[in-house]
Amino acid sequence: MPVERYSKDHEWIRVEDGIATVGITDHAQQQLGDIVFVEVPEPGRQAKQGEPVAVVESVKAASDVFAPVSGEVIEANAEIATQPALVNEDAQGKAWFFKLKISNAAELDTLMDEATYLEFVKQSS
Amino acid sequence: MSAETTAEQPLRRTPLYQLHLDLGAKMVPFAGYEMPVNYRLGVLKEHLHTRTKAGLFDVSHMGQAFLVGADHATTAKALETLMPADLLNLAPGQQRYSQLLNEEGGIIDDLMLTRPASALDHGRLFLVVNASRQEVDYAHLRAHLPAGVNLEPATERALLALQGPTALEVIKALSPAAASLAFMTGADVRLGGIDCHVSRSGYTGEDGFEISVASARAAELALLLLDHDGVEPIGLGARDSLRLEAGLCLYGHDIDETTSPVEAGLAWSIQKRRRGDAGFPGARRILDELANGARRRRVGIRPDGRAPAREGTEILALLGERLGVVTSGGFGPSVNAPIAMGYVPQGRAAAGTPVNLMVRGKALGASVAPLPFVPHRYAR
Repeated sequence: MPVERYSKDHEWIRVEDGIATVGITDHAQQQLGDIVFVEVPEPGRQAKQGEPVAVVESVKAASDVFAPVSGEVIEANAEIATQPALVNEDAQGKAWFFKLKISNAAELDTLMDEATYLEFVKQSS
Repeated sequence: MSAETTAEQPLRRTPLYQLHLDLGAKMVPFAGYEMPVNYRLGVLKEHLHTRTKAGLFDVSHMGQAFLVGADHATTAKALETLMPADLLNLAPGQQRYSQLLNEEGGIIDDLMLTRPASALDHGRLFLVVNASRQEVDYAHLRAHLPAGVNLEPATERALLALQGPTALEVIKALSPAAASLAFMTGADVRLGGIDCHVSRSGYTGEDGFEISVASARAAELALLLLDHDGVEPIGLGARDSLRLEAGLCLYGHDIDETTSPVEAGLAWSIQKRRRGDAGFPGARRILDELANGARRRRVGIRPDGRAPAREGTEILALLGERLGVVTSGGFGPSVNAPIAMGYVPQGRAAAGTPVNLMVRGKALGASVAPLPFVPHRYAR
């Protein structure tokens, strides 16, 4: 069973066998609006928790996507780089940003489960 | 510091505030107002809709005012001491774009001026100024206008803009007189029984109209226009991307008190007569720039890749020399690519000149591009 967690910066992370798949939440894509540009990290990059590793831009503004936990980038989603609108269509599915090989699993405990995240979104809106 | 002294001014609301909420707008603070950044369609679709059909914009945050003197010549001459446009020869109903200038020829604000068509309005000029500059402009005007020429802010008025290729047929159905207006002219007309001042102008590069109306009737007028097929409400997000594609300046970004009209590529708005009389602030600098070229020029910029270059992005020569900065930048939905404007030295301003843009620490290739990015489709 994969473990799913959420960050305060509106990333989701799905963990299976020590590999984390990361993307931005459906709430985040709604807030950003029409996404026109995505930059994903190069595989091999070492990312620290909270470090900006990807970029997502709407017509109006650019936002960073942060590594929700530390690890090595092992794969990036080339499809969203060529089709940024996919992030609006399927933020928590096909439009994942990158995969990390987790270096410190304890960091997962700093993240929220789905119910807590949804409450967090409700409180902050 | 106490909370009382640091508290922000409460945001103001336009007469269409409730309508924006009813239409599902996302409201954001802008120039002291709570304004719709987009509605349910979203910025991208709103932008494209305006280029193919018609978009209705609430621009009531802009400052509307009358300048009132004994007769047209008195009012026009008084204002000509503060800006480089020929106002004396404005025909009744004619509208003109100009800039309030400081003594150094820098732009205090850019604005639209209309000489009312009605003979009853003899001696009046109608001004529309930027929301963010309204207080500065009014103070400047009051400080410099001679006795007998007065500034009368038109409070209790809303301003709507209907823009796009089908705006004409919408207006035609309501007022044939308004539909027959030439580009950059205005008239008092009734739209659906509502008294309005309509001009054939706008800020999108498309054909369209700007409609000044009493605040009390603004929502009624907006609903009347929205009731037409093909008219959608459009927020400030698309207004910004539309004007950027059209190569139009946004005050505080592309122009400010340090930029001259010549640097900004606005020399077309300085009529010949004024170049001759040189009777406007900063004339020495501006006439020198007209004769010998300005030190820097506002240019269009097309990044080679897909990454947008936002305001503040440094523009570098290929060898690394710093040329200037991006003053407006983003994604152009109709161009379907990133676009930007910024300032570079005169010698680097030719279309096609390769440059680099420093985006997130990386030099990205780009080139100087002609403006506008999307051809203007004004009704000429």
